[in-house]
Amino acid sequence: MGAEAVDAWIREFARLIAANKDELTALDSAIGDGDHGTNMDRGLTAVVSMLDAEPQATPSALFKKVGMTLISKVGGASGPLYGTAFLRMAAAAGDEVDLAKVLRAALDGVIARGKAEPGDKTMVDALAPAVDALEAGAGLAAAAEAAAKGRDATIPLVARKGRASYLGERSAGHADPGATSVTLLLTAAATTLGDQN
Amino acid sequence: MKKLINDPANVISDALLGFAAAHPEVRVDHENRIVVRGDAPVQGKVGLVSGGGSGHEPLHAGFVGPGMLDAACAGEIFTSPVPDQMVAATQAVDGGAGVLHIVKNYTGDIMNFELAAEMVEADSGTQVVSVVVDDDVAVQDSLYTAGRRGVGATVLVEKIAGAAAAEGRSLSEVADVARKVNAYARSMGLALTSCTVPAAGKPTFDLPEGEMEVGIGIHGEPGRRRVPVAPANEIADMLVSPILGDLDFTGGDGVIAFVNGMGGTPLIELYVMFNEVTQILAKAGIPVARSLVGPYITSLDMAGCSVTLLKADDELLRLWDAPVNTPALRRGV
Repeated sequence: MGAEAVDAWIREFARLIAANKDELTALDSAIGDGDHGTNMDRGLTAVVSMLDAEPQATPSALFKKVGMTLISKVGGASGPLYGTAFLRMAAAAGDEVDLAKVLRAALDGVIARGKAEPGDKTMVDALAPAVDALEAGAGLAAAAEAAAKGRDATIPLVARKGRASYLGERSAGHADPGATSVTLLLTAAATTLGDQN
Repeated sequence: MKKLINDPANVISDALLGFAAAHPEVRVDHENRIVVRGDAPVQGKVGLVSGGGSGHEPLHAGFVGPGMLDAACAGEIFTSPVPDQMVAATQAVDGGAGVLHIVKNYTGDIMNFELAAEMVEADSGTQVVSVVVDDDVAVQDSLYTAGRRGVGATVLVEKIAGAAAAEGRSLSEVADVARKVNAYARSMGLALTSCTVPAAGKPTFDLPEGEMEVGIGIHGEPGRRRVPVAPANEIADMLVSPILGDLDFTGGDGVIAFVNGMGGTPLIELYVMFNEVTQILAKAGIPVARSLVGPYITSLDMAGCSVTLLKADDELLRLWDAPVNTPALRRGV
């Protein structure tokens, strides 16, 4: 997989974020501070402009630019978390992108930055099962499905990290917005990269 | 939604233009959305940088000036600023004695300031120390939450640490003073109404006419419980009792008592509240050594207030009394 494929993946992620902006914000209003959709859309819009203006030659360079752009544009907690994830993907991407490897690096980065564990009702709950699926040899469609299952499994959970944790028991009953946007990242990969992996 | 704005998307940039016009003594970097003390960097002085989501004005930009902050970073409404802003602010105020980051305890703020400190240290070698403010007793501090929120004590930390830096103390000493203020301060807030974020256009949460939310956060995060609206004396008790239950305020040199407005409550009601707070403290045998009453850390147009008590000693009172010259807090100059 080359830079062109990664470029298509990120653009599809940006499109899905824009299309689901209101849903992400509604989820975040229920248990957070109601800005996840707006913030992610602002960041991914900047990413697409960057990709238009400065095409990157390698997947690694592209992941790095995406990470830096998200850190600079998103703010909140999502900026550092997604930014760190893409910077770690840049470091893990060699000449040939091994998606299981780069997404494992992304997951490790998110855990290191946010100090969340599985079951805390965060991005980790969708990303971890997707990475596990890829490492077990599943294709991207199955990995995206695993992420979606992980997202749905956050609904009954009580949040232990971020602003949602202030709600205690009241945070149960809603899907986590971060797990929802991570699922879009995997869905975008399945749509654009197919079975390249 | 009725607001004095042009376009919800431009509220922060428009407000910064107005801030710059009203306060020519500070520098406003509109591109980075940072406000810097006019004479920064002050050589040999520890630089103080804070910042956070917008919507809490006058915090933080209103506290930039001699005796308080050297720079403030403005994020989107209720959203942490990004590391680029914090890096630019840190570089602008580095007078060779290091820079203190004052960070309110919210997940986004913590992570963005953490990244900024890593970037500054990797780039320039400027020493950065971070102090986290987490004074809100409404939140249980446990492994199962993001910890206590940073609220009213932030104003006191910025004032007192600012005075310590103005005295020429070292970075580690200024950080210790800031941590001491945080350790001895506790807050609790209450909302009578929700706030309305301009981009959202509608109230963040529903609060029926006859009810109020006790333990509210400064972003409209929920509190401990909803109760029927009560007279000021009962409200004061709902706010002060959990504070006194969390820290022993007796036996020192009294307290600095701070009654803060959330943005939509008139000053006359804050003075009604302050009277009730002082009566409760008098009954508990806790003298009020100093006071602060007014909207200093707000939540847009939310109606309500918070109470912050800081257990004082000679050092803290002396630093509290030191001159300060900022747009929102000015005395002794």
